[in-house]
Parts: sequence; structure tokens; C-alpha cells
Amino acid sequence: MSAHLPILQILIPLMAAPFCVVLRHRDIAWFISLVVSLLCFAVSIMLLDRVLVEGVISYYMGDWPAPWGIEFRIDVVNAYILLIVSAIGAIVSLYGRHSVNKEIPKGQVYLFYTAFLLCLTGLLGMAATGDAFNLFVFLEISSLSTYAMISLGKDRRALTAAYQYLIMGTLGATFYVIGLGLLYMMTGTLNIVDLHDKLVQLDDSIRTLKAALAFLTVGLSLKLALFPLHLWLPNAYTYAPSTVTAFLAATATKVAVYVMLRVFFSIFGIDMFEEIGLGDVIMVLAIVGMFTASTVAIFQNNLKRMLAYSSVAQIGYIMLGVSFLNATGLSAGLVHLLNHAIMKSTCFLALGCVMYRMGTVRLSELGGVGKTMPWTMGAFVIGGLSLIGVPLTVGFISKWQLISAAFQADLMPVAFLILLSSLLAVVYIWRVVEVAYFRTPTHHAGFKEAPLSMLIPLWIMAGASIYFGIDTDMSLGVAQIAADMLIGGTP
Amino acid sequence: MSMELSILLSMIIPAVGAVLIALTGKIPNVRETVTLFTAVALFLNVLSLLGPVLDGATPEITLIEMVPGLSIAFKVEPLGMMFSLIASGLWILNSIYSIGYMRGNKEKHQTRFYICFAVAIAATLGLAYSANLLTLFIFYEVLTFSTYPLVSHKGDENAVKGARTYLGILVTTSVGFLFFAIAWTFSATGTLDFVNGGILGGKVEGPLMGLLLMLFIYGIGKAAVMPVHRWLPAAMVAPTPVSALLHAVAVVKSGVFSVVKVIVYTFGIDNLVASGSAGWLVWVSGFTIIAASMVALRQDNLKRRLAYSTISQLSYVVLAAAILTPISAVGAALHIAAHAFGKITLFFAAGSIYTAAHKTEVSQLNGIGWKMPITMTAFAIGALSMIGLPPTAGFISKWYIIQGAMSSENFLALGVIVLSTLLNAGYFLPIIYAAFFKKEKAAKHGHDGHHDHHHGDHGEAPLPIVIAISSTALLTILMFFFPDIALELAQKMIGGAQ
Repeated sequence: MSAHLPILQILIPLMAAPFCVVLRHRDIAWFISLVVSLLCFAVSIMLLDRVLVEGVISYYMGDWPAPWGIEFRIDVVNAYILLIVSAIGAIVSLYGRHSVNKEIPKGQVYLFYTAFLLCLTGLLGMAATGDAFNLFVFLEISSLSTYAMISLGKDRRALTAAYQYLIMGTLGATFYVIGLGLLYMMTGTLNIVDLHDKLVQLDDSIRTLKAALAFLTVGLSLKLALFPLHLWLPNAYTYAPSTVTAFLAATATKVAVYVMLRVFFSIFGIDMFEEIGLGDVIMVLAIVGMFTASTVAIFQNNLKRMLAYSSVAQIGYIMLGVSFLNATGLSAGLVHLLNHAIMKSTCFLALGCVMYRMGTVRLSELGGVGKTMPWTMGAFVIGGLSLIGVPLTVGFISKWQLISAAFQADLMPVAFLILLSSLLAVVYIWRVVEVAYFRTPTHHAGFKEAPLSMLIPLWIMAGASIYFGIDTDMSLGVAQIAADMLIGGTP
Repeated sequence: MSMELSILLSMIIPAVGAVLIALTGKIPNVRETVTLFTAVALFLNVLSLLGPVLDGATPEITLIEMVPGLSIAFKVEPLGMMFSLIASGLWILNSIYSIGYMRGNKEKHQTRFYICFAVAIAATLGLAYSANLLTLFIFYEVLTFSTYPLVSHKGDENAVKGARTYLGILVTTSVGFLFFAIAWTFSATGTLDFVNGGILGGKVEGPLMGLLLMLFIYGIGKAAVMPVHRWLPAAMVAPTPVSALLHAVAVVKSGVFSVVKVIVYTFGIDNLVASGSAGWLVWVSGFTIIAASMVALRQDNLKRRLAYSTISQLSYVVLAAAILTPISAVGAALHIAAHAFGKITLFFAAGSIYTAAHKTEVSQLNGIGWKMPITMTAFAIGALSMIGLPPTAGFISKWYIIQGAMSSENFLALGVIVLSTLLNAGYFLPIIYAAFFKKEKAAKHGHDGHHDHHHGDHGEAPLPIVIAISSTALLTILMFFFPDIALELAQKMIGGAQ
């Protein structure tokens, strides 16, 4: 059994999804997805544990040996990603029942859970597979189910948002395949490890390599919403049901970042990557993104949209860490994958609670909400403090690591810019605090705190934002191992 | 009771106090009793640390280590001891005063007021005991944010505007400069601990050392070195007890306290003398002293005048530290204490006048000394201390600063001190003169005649206010006659630094 852990991770949600469709009952569907996501979480914990102790696990699908068959290859890097995705999946399922029932028409709820399970399958598959084309297949599974989930949003603009994402996402996926095709042309293989081995031996076709890298980078940048390719994200996050937003914000872009890291460091390898010099481009885009998106966030009235722009900025931090091309920077980027997943899901889950009770997340209508929903807003503030990077929250750990990396790379002005951009986060979070706590309630009569079944998962995440801000063994510690591994070049 | 426990209790007591205040908010008398008990308990707890520290102990405790080298840790060294004694001791008097003031003026949101106050005190104590720059930074920010509701207390447009300026400047400078400087220090040295003799010696090259110092000085916006001073006048929209304890003692002293700590324990005096990177600081702080005094001369609003006086007095501490002699550093430490007693008295007086007579402008104070003799006598004592005349605390600290300036032949600093003493006299003495020797103007028949009519026959302020103001005035004088403890603590700090 334990030998099959890598594939179980994907099989369980994949097999469960049809049951939701067949049974057509929203509560049963919810229960199935809860059990499945908890199982996936358990599997990913076991996987990470095994990888940390025993090293890389290689699993051949149907026993066809790599590089001909499809290989699932679990090392510290993707075990870590699997853990993030499945943990968020579990929390969101735990949380989602009330929120989903309220925000999605009754007859479509079971479809939501089906799409959710498929999306989970896709994301986990992308993270687990060691085959670059198989990765594309999982990417499509996750993307298609994501479009469906977004379009379930109550607001009719959800449809256009989903459509917009569909176009952009398909472009991204296509670019990925084109890039991959170029690589396949040169090497005749699709296995990531094998690709790397073959690519290092090529030396006279650098131009094709560059083109391949360009296609892969642009394609993935679309999926991970790197500025300025982020345009699909704000609408998608704003109009999707709250639960979907929380799930996507914490997982989808993170897995795309992971794939990008695989492409940069495992397929191409740091030497070749440095030679091509894409790092500087990414650095500039990341910094511009940090400032632009944070500034835009300040002027949003819809809090979901505000957090969506904040996500674009935070992705900037992640990619900035990557662009330093040193182990500290990479570990900052990796740890921020986890930390941002925690803090952003805290914020979005809190907004889900607000949406559930108040029916709106427009700031102008939330005066005094801190008094009517103290637990919800308390968690939101913790998430917000993390976004700013206040010490004792996860955000601080990421930011500190990122600044250290900037100093290490002798880029002092960049360190300063990181801090300046944090100030923008102070502004957009403080706006909310001021309205929620210092403004007299506009229509507080009849509104009360969210149900416990939503508050508990919310506070698990809020607690995690503090816990991992204090004990960093499991977050930064693992991220550092993973970063060393990626930089070391051996995938 | 172990000393480590006492350190933690210094933050826990006010924090628990804040919770209890929240729980008892519905019953004002119980709530105020909780505040007073918390304040007394905190002071006794802090006092229990004094003996060991005077005997040379430096109790310390590491609470959390997040990443190797980055930790939340506390260590009671002499300067922090002195600061915590001042803050916790004056909190008792300020609480008594607050009760009189808040009730006398029928302020709203009194529970929130007392909660935030307790949190701010907890943060001040944490800052006073911090063992490294990160811990200091954390409590610095907690202090900023916990005082925001106090500044915006009135809730009207003016108060919110003032509070935003307050928050905006303090957060921008601390995140943009102070945190950057801390990160830089860490990347250069691998540690953030406060160590005798400093940690930066030889780790940062030439002009960069000056740049780093500049980042620290302007990052610590609470020290109000010009041009990062505008938040302090803006904060004067707060109720007077807040201005008194927080914006004359806890918050601003946290600023200069941090500056002294950074100069003594992060840079190291010897290192700064050797690298010559602190020369500009004498100019900047000297300029702040003079310029702020000039502005104070022209303020008619009493609280604003006091605020500018505070800006100028804070730079005394910075100047004293920047002179970079052991004896002037002693002066810096003493001035933290001396100014605290004097300035809180002055603010108490301003609040007392506002409560009893509803007057806020200097020009309205003619003859008020005879109606409010205790208040105005206390005011006079505080003013003398600001000018630096015996028999008040201000004389002692100024003496040491001058000694330091002489010993290092820093004539610039000397000139600044002499000139500013004259300016101080220039903006304080007329108030005292008017209060006692000018006749009150006949009730104006203009637009505020109606106003005067109501308060024309006021007497002294409510009893709690009188008790508090007499106590702080007394302390100002007592420190002149019995400076031993403060002096010993200040010298211990330097003894350790060499």
C-alpha cells in the first residue's frame, strides 16, 4: 500500500468525483469531498515524511520504466507542494458546506463538489508527476474544472470572468505545450529528469532552447498571474463563490509557480538559466507587479477584488525570491508559497463568512463589522497582518528571508523596495480595520457571527498564520532543503 | 519570585489588566479600580527588579527563537530599568489623573480608552526590556498601533485626520527605514542583540556607517528629530492624559530610548567616535532643538506649544547621545527621566485648565494662577525644569550634557544648549507671568462671551487631577535633591558600555 502512495493521492479524488455526479445529492457530495480531501491530506503528510527520511520516491505508472512510461517522482519540493494543496483542500471542504449552499443554486451544488474534486486531482497530479507532458494533462484537468467552479458564482459577471480565464488559461496551456514541443524536438523525451540530462549535452542549438524557455515561461506566467499577465485573476477571484476563491488563491497559482520552478531549475538547470539571463526580467516584472498591484488594491471597494490584487503583488514577492537565483531567495519564494497560501486563505475564508452573513463584501457597507462579527474580523486582521509582514506572523518570516536574500545578492535597493511595498499593504489592510472597528455600524441589527462550522476552519488557518510565524522548522526548514535541492540541479 | 518571571509579568500584568478592563467596562467604578490596581501591581513588579539591577544583575529571558539568530528576548539593563520605572510609576499617577479628566469632561468610549492605554503600557515595558532590535521593533509597532485609537479618540474629522498623520508618519518611517536598518544590521553582523560596546564595529565600511545611523535615527520616528516630527503636534488632538503620559513620556521616550540604545549597544560609542559618522547628528539634533523652540514661541495653543517643546527636549537626548562622551550619555539617560517628570506635569496642567476652565489658548490664561493655584504652581515647576533651573530635575540632566559637551570641546552643542535655554525661558516664563501677575480680561462680549460666562467662576480642577499634578511636580523637585538612583542607573549603562 505505502508503495502506491504517490498515485493514491491522485486516484482517490479522481475516482470519487463521478460518485458525486451519480448520487446527485449535495450533502452526500459534500461528505465525499470532505473525506477525500482529508485522505489526500493524510497521504501527503505520509509522503513528505517518507521523502524527508528516505529521499526521492520514484513510481512507475503501470510499471513502465521511465523515461518511456510515466513516472511519478516525489522529492522534497513537490511533497511540500502536495502538502500545501491537500491541506488547503481539506480546510476548504471543512469550511465550504454552508457557504456553498448559500452561494450556489441548490441544483448545482453536487456539480460544484465534482469540479472541486477534479480540480484537486489536477493540481495534485501536476505536483506529483515527473513527466512534463503528463503535467500538461493534469494542468488541463485542473483548469477546466476551475473554469466551471468560477462560473458557478451567483453574480452573472462570474460567467464572463470564467470565460476570460478560459481564454487566458488556454493560451497559457498552449504556450506550455509549444515550449514543450520544442524541447521534445531536440531531445526526444518528456521525462523531466531525462530532459535535463539530454539538454545539458546539447550545446549548439541554444536559440531553440531560448525559444522553448520563452514559451514555457510566458505560458506558465499566465497561469500563475505574474504581472502583467494577471488580468484574468481579479475578476475570477471576485466573482467566483467565496469557497472557490479561497481554494484557488491558495493553491492554483502556487502549483503554477511550482511548475515554473521545475522548468527553470529541474529541466533547464540553474547554470543554463543564468546563461539565458531570464532572472533579471523576472525580477523587474516582480517588483513592478508588487507596486502596481498593491497600489491598485488600495483603491478597491470590493474586498475580494482588493485581496485579488494583493495576490498579484504577493506572487511578485514569490517570483522576486526566485529571481535572485540564490538558495536564500529560492527558499524565501518557496516558504512564501506556503505562507501566502495560509494568509490568503485566512483572509478569503473570513470574507466568505462576511459574505455569508452580510451578503456583501463591499467595504462601504461593512461599517462596524468588527463588532458584529468579532471572530471573523479578528481572523481577517491576523491574515492582514501577515500580508503586511508583521513579526510573529508567517508574513514576517517570508519577508525577512526575502530581504536577507536581497542583501546576500548585494541588491540593497531591492531590499528597500520590498519594505516600501509592504507599506502599501499597510494602507490597504488599515482601510479595512478602520471601517470595521472605528466606524459606527451602518446596519448591524440582525447580523451575527458566522456559524461555528465556518469559524473553526477559519481559525485553524489564522492559528497557522501565527504558528508558522513562530515555529519555522516545518515551513522554512523544509523550504530550505527544497531550495538547496533545486539549486543543486539534481531534480 | 524569579527575575525572569518579573520580566514577563511586566508585560502580562498590563495585558491582563486590559482584558479585565474590557470585561468590567459596564461598571465604571470597578473598571477604574482595575486600572489603578493594575498600575500599582505593575509598578511594584518593576520595582522588584530594581534591587538586582542596581547590584549589577542583568536578568534575561528568551521567549521564542523563530529562526536562528532571530528571537523575541528580553534583558533588563540599567537604561531599560530606568525607563520602565518611569513609565510604570507615572502610569499610576496618570490613571488617577485620567479618572478626573475623562469623567470631568464626560468623554465617550472610556472603556476603549483604558484598554488601549494598558496595551500601550505593556508595549512600552516590552520595548524597555527588549534584548535585541527585533524585539524592540515589534513593541515599537505595537505601541504605535495601540495608541492610534487614543489619538483618534474624539472620532471627529479633525481627530481622525490627526491620527492618520500620526500613524502614517510613524509606520512609514519605521517600516521603511528602521526595519531596513535592522535587516541591514543583521545581514552585516548576523546578530541583532544589544551588546556592550556595539556590534557594528568593523562590520560596515566608512560612509555606509553614517548612512546606517541615519536610517536608524529617521527610522525611529518617535524620537521626532526634524523633519520627522510632524506626527507629534498632530497627536495633540488626543485627550490630555494621552498627550501627558504617551506623547510626553511613553511613546516619545520610547523613541529617544531606542536611539540611545542603538547608539550605545548597536553602534557602540567608541566605534562611532573612531569612524566619525555621527558628526551630522549633532547638527541635526541641534537644529531640531532650536527650530522647535522657535516654533513653540509662536504657538498660542497651549498643548501645541508643549508639543513643540517636547520635540526640542527630545532632541536634547539625541544631541547628548550624539556628543559621544560617556558623561553626556549619562546626561541623555538622566534627561529621559527629568523631561518625563517635568513634561507630564505641564500636560497635566494643560488638561487641568481645560477641565476646570475650558481654556486651551495661552492668551486666555491671564490671572488664572489665582483661581487654580495648585495647577499653576505645578506648571511653574515643570516649566523651570524645562528651562533647566534648580531646584528641578532639568538642571541635573542639563548639567551632565553640558559637561559632556565641554569635555569633548563640542562648542556647537554648547552653543545650542545655551541658546535653547534662553528660548525655553522665552516661551514658558510669559505664561507663568501672565497667570499670576496679569489681570484676567473682562469677559469678552464677542462670539465666545457666552462661553466665558459659563466657566468664568471656575475653581481648581477635580481632586484626582490635583493629586496627580502635585505628585508629578513633587517628583520633579525630588529628582533634583535625590538623583542617586537615576544617576547610578545611568552610570551603570556607561560603565557597561566601556
